[in-house]
Amino acid sequence: MRTDPGRRSFLKRTAALAGTLALGGCDRLSETPWFREVLESAESATSRAQRFLLGSGPFAREYTEADLSPVFKANGSTSVDDSDYQILAEKDFVDWRLQVDGLVSHPQKLSLAELRAMPSRTQITRHDCVEGWSCIGQWTGVPLAHVLERAGVQSRARYVVFRCADTLEPTPDGTGRYYESLGFEDAYHPQTILAYEMNGRPLPIPHGAPLRLRVERQLGYKMAKYVMRIELVESLAGIGRGRGGFWEDRGYEWYAGI
Amino acid sequence: MVERPTASIRRHSIMVRVTHWINAACLLILLMSGLQIFNAHPALYWGQASAFDHPLLALTATDNNEAGIRGVTQILGHAFDTTGLFGASTGPGDQIWARGFPSWLTLPSYQDLSTGRRWHFFFAWLLVFNGAVYLVYGLISGHLRRDLLPTRLQLRKIGHTIREHLLLRFPHGDEARHYNVLQKLTYLAVALVLLPLVVLTGLTMSPGIDAAVPELLTVFGGRQSARTIHFLAASGLVLFVLVHIAMTLLSGAWNNLRSMITGTYVLPGGPHAH
Repeated sequence: MRTDPGRRSFLKRTAALAGTLALGGCDRLSETPWFREVLESAESATSRAQRFLLGSGPFAREYTEADLSPVFKANGSTSVDDSDYQILAEKDFVDWRLQVDGLVSHPQKLSLAELRAMPSRTQITRHDCVEGWSCIGQWTGVPLAHVLERAGVQSRARYVVFRCADTLEPTPDGTGRYYESLGFEDAYHPQTILAYEMNGRPLPIPHGAPLRLRVERQLGYKMAKYVMRIELVESLAGIGRGRGGFWEDRGYEWYAGI
Repeated sequence: MVERPTASIRRHSIMVRVTHWINAACLLILLMSGLQIFNAHPALYWGQASAFDHPLLALTATDNNEAGIRGVTQILGHAFDTTGLFGASTGPGDQIWARGFPSWLTLPSYQDLSTGRRWHFFFAWLLVFNGAVYLVYGLISGHLRRDLLPTRLQLRKIGHTIREHLLLRFPHGDEARHYNVLQKLTYLAVALVLLPLVVLTGLTMSPGIDAAVPELLTVFGGRQSARTIHFLAASGLVLFVLVHIAMTLLSGAWNNLRSMITGTYVLPGGPHAH
């Protein structure tokens, strides 16, 4: 049996048109504010469910040296254009200081040597990128809790904001500079560290030298690299585009546990 | 020859009909948004982490000036040219773009991981909620035991039923009052194996859930294995839906469709009744 070519192409075009309308409809819905809000309501369901299961308790699985990834992919910024940063990098970050300020009783300026002198934690963990891949690496750093205790967090503070040196998307208003934020459940978790070493060596520049955040129960984009300043705040409004992070400002979830 | 009077029965309860259609919508959206998420890193691995040089499956693209952009699918080390479908396909402006799955299979149609994730997680919650309602109803009402558990007699005659199906001869008359053994086993496998598997492997990709329930990593052999199993289970569901639709069409399209909308099903008469 032969199908009439005219009829076949008509059917094909009709199917293509129906498909385009359906797809176009879904694309338009994706960009409609009220519908996006409906979709985004899933984030609070997810974060409540995971908070219920996790609290501040369980640890992310820790692996052994045999599990270390031979190649650990460096994603996002892998270098920093900022000239102040480059001058610091040339001198191995001896003049670099981590600023801790905002709603704290004792603002800090901590050198790498001072951070290294504080209690440290070493952990071999899996880094899960939002894109879907995973790499296993070893991280050594100071638990964020020690740095926060040293600065004395005021009771009004609700978020810990990490300001970074890298600009991932150049924008005229500066909202393309990388930043991230955490609530206190994750900020005080023992595995949440400010890492200055990776796989037993000083943190390389592609992975965020001199200091990066590790938040092992969330996705990679929460783990800010090139951290320059930690600011304690009551609200995330007014920072970047107000959603708590570079990727959050671009539609990703603030709670990145999934 | 005497024509058997046609009898109509109430085939599907309101709960089964409602949960069926919610489930169907969820699966379509989850598939398309899932392929959007997959496209952010269109490769699958086995184990805890990604061995980038040894993917089980990778949808890649090559670009040389003479041939232009070509889509290459790698499966277990073998490469196939799949330009137009996998690895590289037509995008905006009718140009060939490097893209894992083509835009007509993804939600949104353009590359947008964050929006794909929003769709996926919202409808994943709906799928789980809907599935839980179905299972609780199925257990309490006896639907699972009464309608889906094969009888011993059915299991004994499974060879005969397979033969009849291959010849596209479907049950009629009183025999059509109940699901046949192949339907029962397939629906049970989908509801109790494939769907729970796709949900659990999806959860295993969550670093938060992995911390709360590390046993999932042990069961599925790691986050990357879980991602691969998630993809395979989803492929299994696609295969099921395709066969399911084909069988629905072949065994009385309108009657079947109506029974899943209004609940009423007309028992097909025997071949001698014509």
